[in-house]
Amino acid sequence: MNAENILSQFRATGVQTCFHDRHINPQIYAGLNGSNWRLKDYEARGGYQALRKILGKDGAIPTAENGVLGMTQDQVIATVKESALRGRGGAGFPTGLKWSFMPRQFPGQKYLVCNSDEGEPGTCKDRDILEFNPHIVIEGMAIAAYAMGITVGYNYIHGEIFSTYDRFEEALEEARAAGLLGNNILGSSFNFQLHAAHGFGAYICGEETALLESLEGKKGQPRFKPPFPASFGLYGKPTTINNTETFAAVPWIIRNGGQAYLECGKPNNGGTKIYSISGDVERPGNYEIPMGTPFSKLLELAGGVRAGRQLKAVIPGGSSSPVLPASIMMECTMDYDSIAKAGSMLGSGAVIVFDDSRCMVKSLQRLSYFYMHESCGQCTPCREGTGWLSRVVDRVENGQGRPSDMDLLNSVAEDIQGRTICALGDAAAMPVRAMLKHFRHEFEYHVEHKTCMVPAYV
Amino acid sequence: MISESIKTRFAKEVAKYPVEQKQSAVMACLAIVQQELGYVSADSEEVIADYLGMAPMAVHEVTTFYNMYNQHPVGKYKLNVCTNLPCQLRDGVKALQYLEKKLGIRMGETTTDGLFTLQQSECLGACADSPVMLVNDRSMCSFMSEEKLDQLVDGLRAAEGKP
Repeated sequence: MNAENILSQFRATGVQTCFHDRHINPQIYAGLNGSNWRLKDYEARGGYQALRKILGKDGAIPTAENGVLGMTQDQVIATVKESALRGRGGAGFPTGLKWSFMPRQFPGQKYLVCNSDEGEPGTCKDRDILEFNPHIVIEGMAIAAYAMGITVGYNYIHGEIFSTYDRFEEALEEARAAGLLGNNILGSSFNFQLHAAHGFGAYICGEETALLESLEGKKGQPRFKPPFPASFGLYGKPTTINNTETFAAVPWIIRNGGQAYLECGKPNNGGTKIYSISGDVERPGNYEIPMGTPFSKLLELAGGVRAGRQLKAVIPGGSSSPVLPASIMMECTMDYDSIAKAGSMLGSGAVIVFDDSRCMVKSLQRLSYFYMHESCGQCTPCREGTGWLSRVVDRVENGQGRPSDMDLLNSVAEDIQGRTICALGDAAAMPVRAMLKHFRHEFEYHVEHKTCMVPAYV
Repeated sequence: MISESIKTRFAKEVAKYPVEQKQSAVMACLAIVQQELGYVSADSEEVIADYLGMAPMAVHEVTTFYNMYNQHPVGKYKLNVCTNLPCQLRDGVKALQYLEKKLGIRMGETTTDGLFTLQQSECLGACADSPVMLVNDRSMCSFMSEEKLDQLVDGLRAAEGKP
């Protein structure tokens, strides 16, 4: 066997993570089986009907005045606003509102960017969307481009998932050949060129302005905001950036209406959301469920805590979000407002589960190393602070901690938070502060006994 | 040497961007060079800089900023094992340690036969597939139990005639 064949044996099939019957009313993952990602399959599932619905049939773009059948730009944006769709990348910003910030009448080039640089530890949902349902993202982007009067877009894909990037390129070719991208889409006067770009191993490029720098062919160092991308984005032009899952939600909303989408979830938290569950569960994977589903239900879908152990803690929204102890987490529903009220963030929807055999010091040690490694080095509090945090957590874990180290960690974390250009500084500080808030006794035990409180794990 | 076929691939990437923004293709051009030549040399950076109308230092900044560009030659197969927290909870570190033992090298090193370079990596974005490993930047290998790691390493050794 040649090398390529050997490696292909280990390629993920999606069976464990995506094609299971444990989603609840899925929209994005509905009906996928791994071999039906092509254009014809997507169309058989109702794909590109939303785009056909908005575009005027006689070649004119519908406006409020001309009476052409379809949906006007304002109607599309109003529908997305009504749906209460919020940004799925982490910030949870209302999508319709973001779209309305785009200066539609700006005379020069405007850009649409999809952030598929999925590198927040715990998150693996966008990969399955792009791999197994790429056209839903293309359709969502085309609708967004139409609504905002944008003619050029880029999908920036995590460099580590190169085969997924290749597949997306293939899907783009299919869409172009079918007249769903390019000039005069579906015979209308709407033009939209969409291209794929890739990263190559820099977590920071998931930050939207770092992503724009990277797309311009530079180091991915975030920009100071304001100006926001809506006024000064890619190549200095007005730009709207949304996450992959956000775009993927749009076709359903246009087909079924904003109100119907809202009703799938709960007020202010419309629709379904994909949660990536990793760590100590029986069945790690992606689960698409309605917003507002109890965490206990989600845990049950994932087969419960591994090997019948007890739940200790959960990081509910990717590694940057504050950890919550089991007692608090079991009272939460999975939506932006409930998790925020409990003192954390829904973030990207990456749920990292810890059972009662886990040492929280060792867990934080790995995260703090990660933020040190990925700090872009631009801001002093982050560049120096993440290294400081990492070294102190390291010595506590290794039995060389000092009684003052817990206060020192809190103090360094406080001095980073809110003092950097982008959110990576906050992302490094928040896990430290939350671990100390809820599990300080484990850190104290490490310092006092120079060993771990719970059975060590590798 | 940057061949004509590599330049054809460059042209396809450059065509995605506005004519005055050729620099945008630098990430892709560097990745192409790495795929074809194994790593990014200073000479390759100069060719890319010339092709895209950039200063060589601006290309070098990109090579050194992103983790996946090889700044030096590596083994024929670069194995990047994710050990970030979600993978640490599901045997990612064990997979790395198993490979260290099997290959007789520490992470960051290359086997003496030049076949394997072993590295620890940050989040690959495949957390539910842990243990996961990226081979030569483009092949993600999922659920890499010790048995599968054996199959992969032994299979590649056999394919290279070095069992």
